[in-house]
Amino acid sequence: MAAPVLRWLCPGRRWAFARTGGCSYHRRGVPTASTSSGKRGQSSVAQQSLITAQEPRKGDREWAAVVGLEIHAQISSNSKLFSGSQVHFAAPPNSLVSFFDASLPGTLPVLNRRCVEAAVMTGLALDCRINKKSLFDRKHYFYADLPAGYQITQQRLPIAVDGSLAYSVCVGKKRGQAVARTVRVRQIQLEQDSGKSLHDDLRSQTLVDLNRAGVGLLEVVLEPDMSCGEEAAAAVRELQLILQALGTSRAIMAEGQLRVDANISVHHPGEPLGVRTEVKNLNSARFLARAIDYEIQRQISELENGGEILNETRSFDYKLGCTMPMRDKEGKQDYRFMPEPNLPPLLLYDSASLPAGADPQQVINIDQIREQLPELPSVTREKLVQRYGMLPEHSFALLNEVGLLEFFQNVMKETRAEPKKVTSWVLNTFLGFLKQQNLAVSESPVTPSALAELLNLVERKAISSSAAKQVFEELWRSEGKTPAQIVAEKQLELMRDDEALEQLCRATMEAHPQVVMDLKKGNPRAINKLIGLVRKATLGRADPTAIKDVLERQLSG
Amino acid sequence: MWARAACLGLRASAASRRRSFTSAGADPQGSGRVTAELIEHLERLALVDFGSQEAVARLEKAIAFADRLRAVDTDGVEPMESVLEDRCLYLRSDNVVEGNCVEELLQNSHRVVEEYFVAPPGNISWSKPDEKGPSHTAE
Repeated sequence: MAAPVLRWLCPGRRWAFARTGGCSYHRRGVPTASTSSGKRGQSSVAQQSLITAQEPRKGDREWAAVVGLEIHAQISSNSKLFSGSQVHFAAPPNSLVSFFDASLPGTLPVLNRRCVEAAVMTGLALDCRINKKSLFDRKHYFYADLPAGYQITQQRLPIAVDGSLAYSVCVGKKRGQAVARTVRVRQIQLEQDSGKSLHDDLRSQTLVDLNRAGVGLLEVVLEPDMSCGEEAAAAVRELQLILQALGTSRAIMAEGQLRVDANISVHHPGEPLGVRTEVKNLNSARFLARAIDYEIQRQISELENGGEILNETRSFDYKLGCTMPMRDKEGKQDYRFMPEPNLPPLLLYDSASLPAGADPQQVINIDQIREQLPELPSVTREKLVQRYGMLPEHSFALLNEVGLLEFFQNVMKETRAEPKKVTSWVLNTFLGFLKQQNLAVSESPVTPSALAELLNLVERKAISSSAAKQVFEELWRSEGKTPAQIVAEKQLELMRDDEALEQLCRATMEAHPQVVMDLKKGNPRAINKLIGLVRKATLGRADPTAIKDVLERQLSG
Repeated sequence: MWARAACLGLRASAASRRRSFTSAGADPQGSGRVTAELIEHLERLALVDFGSQEAVARLEKAIAFADRLRAVDTDGVEPMESVLEDRCLYLRSDNVVEGNCVEELLQNSHRVVEEYFVAPPGNISWSKPDEKGPSHTAE
């Protein structure tokens, strides 16, 4: 059976061909668990498909995918949301648990001020309307790591609603062009985290650690304005950067501080939305896009083969690279939401409505928080572009690595080199070395001062660019030496002796009459050969442009 | 004990019914009949054993009693969600003042492995005496 070519495109580009769209997919047969493997190409699915754009056949209909996200971010605070026990990633089991966290009778929730401030800050950063009155509710379900049998959340009236998150995706053939997208934020709410369950299948038991039970979470609900895994991953990344810039959450996915659930459905453009599935616990940045794309492909294939999509919950199996139904969700869950009887409404104020003579510790002023908001990543990037004239893509790259921006700025402070040169050195050479050895910026053997000094040497034309690369390598390998020392040791200084250069050029030309004749005949590449020969003679210590000048002068004279 | 549990189950369901009672269930007009399906659903949700036909009859009477609230005209009246609604919600400073009581907490647990609470595998299952309880694999 010939596989029909189906195209699934992002809404904005429904009528364009695959290659120009941000995400475009061709159906490549039915993905089944047995044939997919985690190693299905090292590149993402989108990249593979971009290479094989084909003409649509008559009768093929396009698909549009719709992706919404629910993101849970652990609030960065000293103590938990409703109790005074500590928030810490690794600690002996059940050592950070208070009587309230263990849900012992007679305990009551007491709201942590810092968590409310974190929620307001995040709401303001995402352009939300902050609800001056918000309410807490109980969401009931039974699970061993939820000792109370319910989670305190904000279902009826959350703390912030109606915002938006701006992010960028890379489009174009070389994926170098950044295109701005927006996704609406439906709401942000405060809620409790649950404990951790360790499943011991061997002894048929579950071990429960409540250290995480009661930690404050910000749930950020994004409307289904995204259309593929890449957009979702980009939105999550931007949210991560914003949370880190605000300091409201460290948002490290590997430590479980940022967890994402995706709601995915597909439909033909113009028709109503399809049945959606929920893919839970996407806890790795690397697999987020892949899992979503897999699910989209699976739904398309299923529908194309005449099947139907069940409104179910699935999880992503990292090893197999596919989503599987979660068997323990039988039918629709009924959470029996009820107002939390132990907590009055949460009231927030602004400068206008602040009650006179109120205890500042007991009231939260939205305007004050707004004034003290740290600089958001989008503003930082814009400033970089304005101040240094760098490409937007470079500003993204600088903010994408922890500590890289600071490193760049420290180099800029101490060097006279052009911003473009510094950017290139930091993003290409420096970052390249870091990645190769899997190091963080803080672990770099090369300090900003050292790089600045090196760039100054190049700027002064004391050494050539290629010599600089050699020096950099040496700087990386041996700590403690300065660039000047390495240059002296390896004798990499640019030749300053014009007389010697003239002699060398003449000697080289005499030694290679064939090349000179070639040049006189008009072969443009001959000059490069000559330059190369002279450079070799100078042991790489002469500047190629200078050599070229001398040669051209000698040849014409 | 089951009577008390039934009352708790009732209170929760009455409150949620005022919002949106979405489960398969009782006739909202109050014919008073509570179906076997609803009983099973409630038992599974609340992990409560209704035990006997007498208990179901008592539940039906309790629902009928609570339904008399509908006689009150609440048009245009904002529901009171909490008797604490004009109290101030106290904000605690973000300091660590509790925790570090593993031994005390573990004393409450029937079984303990190292310093973990021990729970049955997967989720808490509800099995009827005449059918094999489904063993769920947990998340």
